Amino acid sequence: MRDRSGRSIPAAILGILASFMRVALFVPCYVDQLRPAVALATVSLLERLGVEVVFPEEQTCCGQPMANAGVSDAAAPLARRFLEVFGGFEAVVCPSGSCTSMVRNHYDPYLGGRPGFDRLKRGTYELCEFLVDVLGVKTLDGAFAHRVALHQSCHGLRELGLGTPSELLLPRTSKVAGLLGSLRGIELVPLARADECCGFGGTFAVAEEAVSCLMGKDRIADHAKAGAEIVTGTDVSCLMHLDGLARRERVPLRFMHVAEVLAEAVGPLPARGGGAA
Amino acid sequence: MSGGANPTGPGAGRAGGEPLHGPTGGHAGLGPGGHPAAAAAFVRDEARAHWHDQALWFVREKRDRAASLVPDWEELREAASAIRAHTRGRLADYLEEFERNATARGAVVHWARDAAEHNAIVHRILSERGVRRVAKSKSMLTEECGLNPYLAARGIEVVDTDLGERIVQLAGEPPSHIVFPAIHRKREEIGTLFHAKLGTPEGLSDPTKLTEAARHHLRERFMTADAGMTGVNFAVAETGGIVVCTNEGNADMGTHLPRLHVACMGVEKVVPRLADLAVFLRLLARSATGQPVTTYTSHFHGPIAGGELHVVILDGGRSGLLAEPAFRRSLACIRCGACMNTCPVFRRSGGYSYGYVIPGPIGSLLGVARDARAHASLPFASSLCGSCDDVCPVKIDIHGELLERRKDLARRGIVPLRKRLAMRLVGWVLAHRWAYELGGRLARVFLRRAPRAIAYGPWNAWGRRRELPAPPAESFRDTWRRTRGARRG
Amino acid sequence: MADDARRAVLDALRGARAPPAAAPDLSRLGARFPDLPARLAEAVAAVAGTLVRVPDAAALAGAVAALAARLGATRVCSAVAGVPGDVALDALADPHELEGIGLAVLPGAFAVAENGAVWVPTAGLRHRGVFVVAEHLALVVPAAEIVNDMHEAYRRIAFPGAGFGTFIAGPSKTADIEQALVIGAHGARSCAVFLVG
Repeated sequence: MRDRSGRSIPAAILGILASFMRVALFVPCYVDQLRPAVALATVSLLERLGVEVVFPEEQTCCGQPMANAGVSDAAAPLARRFLEVFGGFEAVVCPSGSCTSMVRNHYDPYLGGRPGFDRLKRGTYELCEFLVDVLGVKTLDGAFAHRVALHQSCHGLRELGLGTPSELLLPRTSKVAGLLGSLRGIELVPLARADECCGFGGTFAVAEEAVSCLMGKDRIADHAKAGAEIVTGTDVSCLMHLDGLARRERVPLRFMHVAEVLAEAVGPLPARGGGAA
Repeated sequence: MSGGANPTGPGAGRAGGEPLHGPTGGHAGLGPGGHPAAAAAFVRDEARAHWHDQALWFVREKRDRAASLVPDWEELREAASAIRAHTRGRLADYLEEFERNATARGAVVHWARDAAEHNAIVHRILSERGVRRVAKSKSMLTEECGLNPYLAARGIEVVDTDLGERIVQLAGEPPSHIVFPAIHRKREEIGTLFHAKLGTPEGLSDPTKLTEAARHHLRERFMTADAGMTGVNFAVAETGGIVVCTNEGNADMGTHLPRLHVACMGVEKVVPRLADLAVFLRLLARSATGQPVTTYTSHFHGPIAGGELHVVILDGGRSGLLAEPAFRRSLACIRCGACMNTCPVFRRSGGYSYGYVIPGPIGSLLGVARDARAHASLPFASSLCGSCDDVCPVKIDIHGELLERRKDLARRGIVPLRKRLAMRLVGWVLAHRWAYELGGRLARVFLRRAPRAIAYGPWNAWGRRRELPAPPAESFRDTWRRTRGARRG
Repeated sequence: MADDARRAVLDALRGARAPPAAAPDLSRLGARFPDLPARLAEAVAAVAGTLVRVPDAAALAGAVAALAARLGATRVCSAVAGVPGDVALDALADPHELEGIGLAVLPGAFAVAENGAVWVPTAGLRHRGVFVVAEHLALVVPAAEIVNDMHEAYRRIAFPGAGFGTFIAGPSKTADIEQALVIGAHGARSCAVFLVG
């Protein structure tokens, strides 16, 4: 909905090409260093769907924290680095809505006009939208018999159009809910506030700690009241913030990234010689 | 502390307490802790914060319901945004057209460069006619200019007649929301206030009875007012008329009895034609309160028979905003308050945490445009969730502009040096793979090894209220290298 | 000096160089209701008013009298031909004398189905403020004069000269105390819309 990079890829065509697809994995810095299971699940899921995954090791961070603090000159080198590292790939896939949005919607001031940038913008995808829009995946063959609440992280929802924001009077769709809903046995529980922000917001989490934590606690209360066992979403940042609050308050909710849910449901590739991690 | 401002926000027992008006009226800005400190104080009373949050979420839900009944809602928003953009491109022309047509119908049009000029003009109009008491309906612009205290100091009493505004006026505090000025007040507190100021029975807190008491009290003020003052929701260039919308009828009570009507407007209030009003009026009340339209939508063309209509047009920094490509769209604002109602931060911090006459998301933009240093914390009082953009009837890219403001503040050196340096340092680490990997490794070791007292020491801002993530044995890239390094790179 | 401020403001606005942008086409906007009177009745109720249908002017007078009796309104002021009243607006020297009018009966030019508002031009009323000072309000609209939405409404509104007109949607109301809706803030405590014909 808010995607300004002007992509239009015929999903059917690319679905056929999926088995020949080679994607570069873009792992958010905090996922790489603190929640690697999410990246491993992303790899497992993509490979299960027949996609070849490479991990360009020179990557570090997309620069979002610096950009959000307004310190553009600290973000610019990271943006340039990103283009160098990922510029050659036909598709870049990332298990994060906010990091993907940084590249597609917020890199223009740093990289506008540079060769390869338009292609990079058009070819960088959040994981769920890659599955739905590029691979043409409507349903996944897997089971996940749990009561799950979907936390619709803001950047993915409103800046990437992963779903219809509750404010807009448009048909209600959600790429993420669609994928989750296709799993056997899953029960997606409805929330009182479908897409209220969790309060992470980057440095906001610390700079505006009081409001940030109250926002998070209120989300947790909503999820708990809805009867969720597991809370899932597209952004580990939101989930870490909520998980941190839930554990401190001893609220028995589990937080799993959508990659972890989907990967667990579909299972890994059958083992072959020298195969999956 | 500036202007006697008390940044601890509303709480029980503030009825009739120290006013938050600064030397120029309106909000005086916050203390050194900015929005974060004020918000933290508000949140400390968690039950009250939840009450405030729920009250405004309720309004958001009403907006949603009202909008869902309008099949062309999203097209309307697009049209409103386009009318504003078109108008901005010819703003001076439309204002001149408005002035011509208003004057032709007998109104007198005045121009003010800034708040001081505005107040002087209004005072002159009133004092030349011996006005002692004014009945004023809601005008955020007059709050912005600090008009009430200015006139009071010169012997002219201004009675704010919107019920919410009268409540806060009696309490000696500024409005905390542009549509619901007293939303931060519980009925019992209003009851206590009315008992003290209007003589209602002690303990009376029923809204209907309190409103009835206010009706009688304000009737008397309307009947004895020498002049009526209003804001302007829309000024129509094509016909030279001004439109004032209220639910209570207080703008009308104030302007059809006395012979003098003074209307105050910002330069951005002009719309080209009557037909354009249809677009805005179909959006305004639905966005503001969830009603299809306000009870009264009054169109004033020229003065009442035998009377006078004066329209005061204020620039007050709006031309400066118009000149900024990244921020001029915020001038489209129709003052509906929808952004405040949808903002999860505003709902949990309250209007007084912003320290500007207009709070919330749009207020953060307008305040920092007026005085970047005084309101520097406001663009950061946001998680950038973007909900405000989606409810804004004129499609201001509010969260995008908030981000731009952060960049602007950093460029101008208004973001604290400490923060800029910290970001540059982190940026440097992240730009060098070895430093990044080393930093991550050290963090994991620390999280694994450090005793809880150290890990959650006072240095750890995250850890005050949240558990840290459980440290993994190795990073993703370590795992990748270990398991795939031989085959892939 | 006043000219200086005017010139300075206009120059500053022109100097801002806001880019030109085309005015949008509004022709495809709007709502369409298959049954206008029914939709209007819903809309008037939604703004806390009541819609009353009467077949003709004679029935109108009777219905208004019944309303006045129900409301206990002793001083009725009617600006509608064929509906008698106790107070003639022309007889009042000053608008402050409007205080105490129990029921004002005013002509509406048309009603708007999408939101229950009635356009009241007030031309010909000696004291235009009667609509807000009166304790109760009755607006009389010809049944054929219902428009779908505000776009249609503004096609029927013009201000060639000085004048005052207002859309009135139901009685005066407020929700300023804890969001509790209270009817009858400063203006009319009730609003009846009579659809005649």
